[in-house]
Amino acid sequence: MAQATGIVTITPGQSARAAPEPSGWRAWLRQPGVLTALPMALLMLTGFVAPLLLVVAFAFMPPQSFSILQPPTLANFQEIFANSFYRSFLASLYLAAATTLICMVVCYPVAYAMVRVFGRVAGVLALLITAPLFVADNLRLVGWMLFLVKGGVLSGALQAWFGIATDSMLYTVSATLFGLVYTYLPFMLFPMIMGIAMVPLEMREAAFDLGATRWQVLKEVDIPLAMPGILIGALMTFILAAGALSEPRILGGSSVVMIAQDIQNEFTFAQNWPKGSALSVLMILVAGVLAVTLLRRIDLDGIFGRR
Amino acid sequence: MVTTEAAAQPILQLRAIEKVFDQFAAVDRITLDIQEGEFFTIVGPSGSGKTTMVRMLVGMDKPTRGDILLRGRRINDVPANRRPTCMVFQSLALFPHRTVGQNIEFPLKIRGVDPALRKKRALELLAQLRLPDHYYNKAVTQCSGGERQRVALARALAFDPEILFFDEPLSALDYKLRKVLEKELKDIHRQTGKTFVYITHSLEEAMVMSDRIGVMNRGRFVQVGTPNEIYGSPTTRFVSEFMGEVNILDVTVGPDGTATDDVTGARYLVPASAGAGPCSLVIRPESLRFVAGPGQAQNVVTGTVYNEYLLGSRVQYQIRVGEKQVLLLENLRDQRYEGDLDSPVTAGWDTGDSMIFPKGLLQ
Repeated sequence: MAQATGIVTITPGQSARAAPEPSGWRAWLRQPGVLTALPMALLMLTGFVAPLLLVVAFAFMPPQSFSILQPPTLANFQEIFANSFYRSFLASLYLAAATTLICMVVCYPVAYAMVRVFGRVAGVLALLITAPLFVADNLRLVGWMLFLVKGGVLSGALQAWFGIATDSMLYTVSATLFGLVYTYLPFMLFPMIMGIAMVPLEMREAAFDLGATRWQVLKEVDIPLAMPGILIGALMTFILAAGALSEPRILGGSSVVMIAQDIQNEFTFAQNWPKGSALSVLMILVAGVLAVTLLRRIDLDGIFGRR
Repeated sequence: MVTTEAAAQPILQLRAIEKVFDQFAAVDRITLDIQEGEFFTIVGPSGSGKTTMVRMLVGMDKPTRGDILLRGRRINDVPANRRPTCMVFQSLALFPHRTVGQNIEFPLKIRGVDPALRKKRALELLAQLRLPDHYYNKAVTQCSGGERQRVALARALAFDPEILFFDEPLSALDYKLRKVLEKELKDIHRQTGKTFVYITHSLEEAMVMSDRIGVMNRGRFVQVGTPNEIYGSPTTRFVSEFMGEVNILDVTVGPDGTATDDVTGARYLVPASAGAGPCSLVIRPESLRFVAGPGQAQNVVTGTVYNEYLLGSRVQYQIRVGEKQVLLLENLRDQRYEGDLDSPVTAGWDTGDSMIFPKGLLQ
């Protein structure tokens, strides 16, 4: 219409100046969100991304070198797979998987009870479970050491009260696993509580009303609907346990060597940064792939209430 | 219109059931029989105890006292998953992690029905509820409000319950869709021949669907009867008010049987049902009409038209009588008032169209 009559109408919203819109990165930079995010982004870049890149770069440097300006090589990775370093890798993954599984089984009933049964007591319980986290885990593990060591609290009590003589329970793979479960249990418990709290009560009642038994309600409604929380808990527990350092040392007495210990050795005693970096890179890859695959299955928006 | 065989045993019998929370009786000694194949609706305002009651009937709560009998068998202690009844929830409680088909098949899967049979039944139910076949694989979360309603009903029908309970399933929907689904639900009731027990806070909704209605207030039934009885002869002021907008006049009935308006002093003829003393005179807006003058109706009042409200096929007028009295008059659209606002009018009603309830009677 405007063309036909030759009249150009200007709607009130339009600016008469008609300044050319800044294009490309300038326009992008002008968005308010970008500018406010800038300080945080810089901090993340220098404090988080840069060191990570440094580690990746070192992983491809010749062994026992201290510069990243040399021709890249795969020598470190070859050595890792040739010299059975992968064993500590497997040990880590195995123990982390076992820890995750045990934590899941132990935490589900506790989490369920805290959401649905305990009522006000649940808050006190949550406090009791989190309180030990204020103490460094090394100290807590030393406490367990005193409890489990030969002639310690546990074996002494068994001896005194029941006349049962026990050998030291320390410095075994089981002791390591126990330490891992103990340390990382809260990381499974709290996401799980969140997951279970997300299951609407009516959903369970409806399943029950439609004839489901308790087990069927658990299998068909409770667990699938709490899955986001369970998966996040599992992911955190697994990744933290896989990178554990103190538990296999203090409680396990290095009866099993986990990957973090190897990495630390390479960076300190062995003074072989490139190999330590290569091991780190492998670990980061495993954790990264796991995190990405799991998180893609989880509806994060639902969890944060954005839907 | 609806026949119930008097000789047949009721499918569900409530014997003085009571539910007490902290000394407060949410359901207060209710006795009721529900007949086989009946569409029974429990109507009441929020807090009247209707949800508490239905939760006991489906087995999610236990009565504090009293008995629930299903075909003569006491089922107080039978848990919900072993009762042959099921409920459509207010929230519908569809499983968001399952498809439409999986939701409908849920009760069959629980019973271990063969997957092929399950699917066949689910598709039958989709057809019965007029949902297209391809919805079988659709995510429940992507269905519209009305579709979800139908899926929830299909899931309940797949359970094949002896009694189907509904806890205000339509309350979250918009008016138009609600009207459509009310009628659909009544059609489904006819198709399946099952006993439906429906809860709502809308007497209008109850009127459309029910064979019988029980109006609940403060944990008790105020009146139980057919929609006609509830509409035509409410036994209390509460029931008459619950139906919708009514005019309520405070009057005093004298020994001669005529009533004096407590506000205007006007005298009315009232139905003989009330004894002498203070009463509430209830007149539905549609029972009031404009009249040319005294003598055109058994009772007349004179006032002014304050405002007009168009309601689609009908039209309402607010009439002010004196300073303090406001009456609502409803006409069909083709009988609109032609005069100006604020001009004097006479409105009247016949004694038989009014209802009178003594004050102080249990509301």
